[in-house]
Amino acid sequence: MNRITYSKATDVRDAIQEHSKTDKAQYIAGGTNLLDLMKVNVMRPAHLVDINKIGFDFIEQEADGGLRLGASVTNADTAYHQHVQQHYPLLAEAMLSAASAQLRNMATNGGNIMQRTRCYYFYDTSTACNKREPGSGCSAINGYNRMHAILGTSADCIAVHPSDMAVALRALDAVVCVEGPSGKREIPMEAFHRLPEDKPDQDNTLAADEVITSIKLPPSKYAKHYSYLKLRDRPSYAFALVSVAAALNLDEQQHVLEASIALGGVAHKPWRMPEAEALLIGKPATAANFRMAADMLLSTAQGYGHNNFKIELARRAIVRALEQAVNKQATL
Amino acid sequence: METEKYNNTPQEPTISLTVNGQMHTLKVEPWVSLLDALRDHLQLTGTKKGCDHGQCGACTVLVDGKRINACMTLAIMRDGAEITTVEGLSQGQDLHPLQQAFIDHDAFQCGYCTPGQLCSAIGLMQEGKAKTLAEVQDLMSGNICRCAAYSNINAAICEVMGIENRGGSL
Amino acid sequence: MKSGYIGAAVNRVDGYLKVRGEAKYAAEYQAEQLCYGVVVSSSIAKGKIKTLDASKALALDGVLQVFSHENRTSLPWFDRSYKDEDQPPGSPFRPFYSNEIQFNMQPIALVVAESFELARYAATLIDVEYKAVDFNADFLNSQEKAYEAKKGKSGWKPPKSRGNASKALKHADVLVEATYFHPAEHHNPLELHASTVVVEADDTFTVYDKTQGVFNSQQYLMNIFGLSKAEVHVKAPYIGGAFGSGLRPQYQLFMAFMAAKALKRSVRVVLTRQQMFSFGHRPMTTQQLSLAASSKGKLVGIKHEAIAETSQFEEYTENVVNWSGMLYDCPDVDLSYKLLKLDTYTPLDMRAPGGATGVYAFEAAIDELACKAGVDPLQFRLLNYAEQEQNEKLPFSSKELKACYAIAADKFGWARRNPIPGQLREGDNLLGVGMATGVWEAQQQQVMAKAKLSPDGQLVVSCGTADIGTGTYTVMSQIAAETLGLPIEDVSFLLGDSDLPMAPLQGGSWTASSVGPAVLSVCEGLKEKLLKEAAGLPHSGFKGAKVEEVLFKDGMLCLKGDPSVQLSIAALMKQRNLAILEHQTASMPDPKQSQYGKYTHSAVFVEVKVDAELGNVQVSRVVVAVAAGRILNPKTARSQVLGGVVWGISMALEEESVMDKQYGRFINHDLAEYHVAVNADVHDIEVIFVEEEDDVINPLGVKGLGEIGIVGVPAAISNAIYNATGKRLRALPFTLDKLLE
Repeated sequence: MNRITYSKATDVRDAIQEHSKTDKAQYIAGGTNLLDLMKVNVMRPAHLVDINKIGFDFIEQEADGGLRLGASVTNADTAYHQHVQQHYPLLAEAMLSAASAQLRNMATNGGNIMQRTRCYYFYDTSTACNKREPGSGCSAINGYNRMHAILGTSADCIAVHPSDMAVALRALDAVVCVEGPSGKREIPMEAFHRLPEDKPDQDNTLAADEVITSIKLPPSKYAKHYSYLKLRDRPSYAFALVSVAAALNLDEQQHVLEASIALGGVAHKPWRMPEAEALLIGKPATAANFRMAADMLLSTAQGYGHNNFKIELARRAIVRALEQAVNKQATL
Repeated sequence: METEKYNNTPQEPTISLTVNGQMHTLKVEPWVSLLDALRDHLQLTGTKKGCDHGQCGACTVLVDGKRINACMTLAIMRDGAEITTVEGLSQGQDLHPLQQAFIDHDAFQCGYCTPGQLCSAIGLMQEGKAKTLAEVQDLMSGNICRCAAYSNINAAICEVMGIENRGGSL
Repeated sequence: MKSGYIGAAVNRVDGYLKVRGEAKYAAEYQAEQLCYGVVVSSSIAKGKIKTLDASKALALDGVLQVFSHENRTSLPWFDRSYKDEDQPPGSPFRPFYSNEIQFNMQPIALVVAESFELARYAATLIDVEYKAVDFNADFLNSQEKAYEAKKGKSGWKPPKSRGNASKALKHADVLVEATYFHPAEHHNPLELHASTVVVEADDTFTVYDKTQGVFNSQQYLMNIFGLSKAEVHVKAPYIGGAFGSGLRPQYQLFMAFMAAKALKRSVRVVLTRQQMFSFGHRPMTTQQLSLAASSKGKLVGIKHEAIAETSQFEEYTENVVNWSGMLYDCPDVDLSYKLLKLDTYTPLDMRAPGGATGVYAFEAAIDELACKAGVDPLQFRLLNYAEQEQNEKLPFSSKELKACYAIAADKFGWARRNPIPGQLREGDNLLGVGMATGVWEAQQQQVMAKAKLSPDGQLVVSCGTADIGTGTYTVMSQIAAETLGLPIEDVSFLLGDSDLPMAPLQGGSWTASSVGPAVLSVCEGLKEKLLKEAAGLPHSGFKGAKVEEVLFKDGMLCLKGDPSVQLSIAALMKQRNLAILEHQTASMPDPKQSQYGKYTHSAVFVEVKVDAELGNVQVSRVVVAVAAGRILNPKTARSQVLGGVVWGISMALEEESVMDKQYGRFINHDLAEYHVAVNADVHDIEVIFVEEEDDVINPLGVKGLGEIGIVGVPAAISNAIYNATGKRLRALPFTLDKLLE
């Protein structure tokens, strides 16, 4: 870990200004991933700007019926928040499947979606990795790639985004609100994370000096039929091999009115395909139809050897998650 | 290395931490984790380092009443915080009921994860989210016990929380 | 007061300190002007260091020194100076010896600074230029380079074949042939390997080391640095788990010591979790099994060949295939054990070394054979039950395995098993049951112990053994308290100090069975001395009494035949003017032991739930019955076995150190990606101890429990997965991808 200096920002403008003082500054909130990466010398900021106390520790309802999650609220406080539990249970379920209780007490909403990949090679400075060191090569493509991506990969990077929360946010069409030196802007989740292409060092479209201030959830529509299915190598405290955030709206005849399916653990960003969801609209909520949607979602999937299984696993997981979403109401 | 030019003069601010009810004022560089501040600066070695990456839970302490991994936060970020470590669980020589339950149920072997397990379990109780054994297990999975005393840890926690424990017991 | 401590469920005597965070581990000792060392690891697997430039690190204020092969202090040349008690044949790794890189993550420099953070930062500033050469870390694709192991490390027995297995296999009614794979695994005790070397005022060194043997670490330092016993003391009163990782002195010990000696400053070196993957692991092993039976389920032929990895510089061996020759009655057995040299670090004993690996494959193959023959797997094992040890044709000192089978099967409800796989469904899950046998050696080593009694009735018994969480403190206190008739509160047991009487490494499940008899013996000796003193008092009623005629109870001596003749230890010592009464003895195995097969056995029954579509496996229920001789403390004994069972679950479902062939480096080197069992993995586990008397193995009749818990569990899980799904998985760990089809 580098020698660092530290300052605590009092508001967003202060944070942005502090950040601008050196070109090696980094915002820190929960710190659970940044410090992790600093200790293995993968991230090497010279200055940390603490943004925990810049006024975004709130969860509040929006005039349009949506919900705004302050960026510095912890994952635990968000997931257990009564309004989130009642109206956005998919999000709560995804968040509670992540990490450990201790980490959820530290990790913030803004930080969660800023998590970096868990790729072994990214974490190990003795290996080549284009995300860590652009141009050095990708060790995963011909290496041990069991955890790696099957969708949206490039010749430069096959890393996956590790967040569970982001997958649910993507399924719920959340919007990330950010503020930077030139003002505020809103980034839909869809456009927040990016595919690696030839710039895998860039995880997302946030500028280095921009701060995430909050995440906006549109009015709740998937509080009845939802499921976050996370498949992993142990039943708790492990990253997803494949995860599915599934949400449905059904009519009385169990026909699909609306569907949202986001996948985690399969790409550089939470993965959605509107065409696959559209395929379900108006159709009965049956396993056969779900399989059709799953096939379409995975039609471009490609394995790299150790992760070939993810294609079939994801296919089955999508069907299972949708089935669970249909049946969820029975347990309510 | 390009970063060096910023870093040759260490910043060494003074912070205060209230640990187990006692206020400590200490000078720490920003790069000192809360865990290392406790262990190396305050000599409170009850809190353990098992991975230094938030992957084992041995460093679990309570900060302002909430359980966190002390290795994944900087001491300076916790300036002014109230911290409870394993050393602060007993009242003098009298053990906290959970400490006694850990002894009675043989909830440890080597003892290295024990301080983290205890602080984590106390955090769990304060959170009030676990009502069943399965919930206790999920919410205690952030604390690895390589000796694998899990069944006994659960027996101890369930006893103190008044939760039915079907995991088998002594 | 209580009597009968031996066999009682006494709480751990070190529990109070452990729950208060007061038990101190190797990295937790303070010293004046302590400085901190951080290790720099090599990033290549093989080659040479061309240059190692530490100038940037040394330019930082507070960095004291950077040690490497370039500036190390003078070191001995010969391999023998680096030997240790658990060393395989070969040439041990010598840190900083030269610029040669023998394995990836080899420690190449130690940065010592005034603070940990500074040392860690400075370590990132060391510029190393390598000349890398080709290496081989590809175990599966170089199997043809394996060679028959000829010599091994102590405890290794060359496998013995008998009869003509090839012929038996050729003509058998039922034949099973299968290949099993076991990946590398790392011990990952929760405490990081650490050494704190304190330079004392008289220039001697007190070393707090994470080790399973203080004498091993002491001797190692003495040999390398040319010191006498009086100059270096090693202490390890508490060890945060080890499971074998502390059997050999690890490099942080060497480094901390070299730095302390050179700088004349106390030094602490703690490895990172990533560096815990840089030394010693359970070796990758492939096993080819061919088993044959008659149509009625009589085992007629066994062929078991194993190939295990070792390093280029040492030949690590473990007993992988020998179990297949001893477990069941079978006339024709062909065993072979080969090694394959890779450019990696030498493997290291890890909980039930060899047994965990070999019995897994063998007991999985036995299940395949039984199922193929249409015989119930439990019945199959009973049909082939060995009444004597089969490799050496020796009688067993004791073997209550049949009782284990019967009791555990009954508790588990084995009779309800459906022999047809894939029949039982519960929601999304397929249910299955499986069983396996577990076995481990029961050994006794030579041990010395000392006992000191003071007039206030306080007894201190000591022996330089270890307690890595096994309960040594507790069971030894129980033995001493019961033998001398003292309340356990008045007994202290000291261990983990090289100034104490000699003990071997803590390993091999032999501590209770070796240190226990020494403690018994030294306390018996003290009884004799007490009686002699009592008899020497004027008008003593104890004159002429034999020790077996005297009851030692509640701190009193009392004639059994005449209870009115009694005397407190305190009064006796006062009257005889004794400030202290001391005794020291050595205990060693009785030569008659060599005429017996000495083993611990277990029967493991497991229920699994396998998601039929998604493949994840849950071990929902385990019943294990263990025959391990006398149980000194059912509470700590149960915990040992529980821990072993969970290790078995972890090994079966999760653990794998992945060797990256591009780099020759274990690539998932942290606890986020090397998965070990967490709380949520553990469900219903029942441990039963079967009564077993054994007057051969040692005077206490105790066999040891450190390893037996794990053995058999992975096989039982594998067999249960077959029963649930009809799929035979033959490569550990059984992750969900392997069950997708």
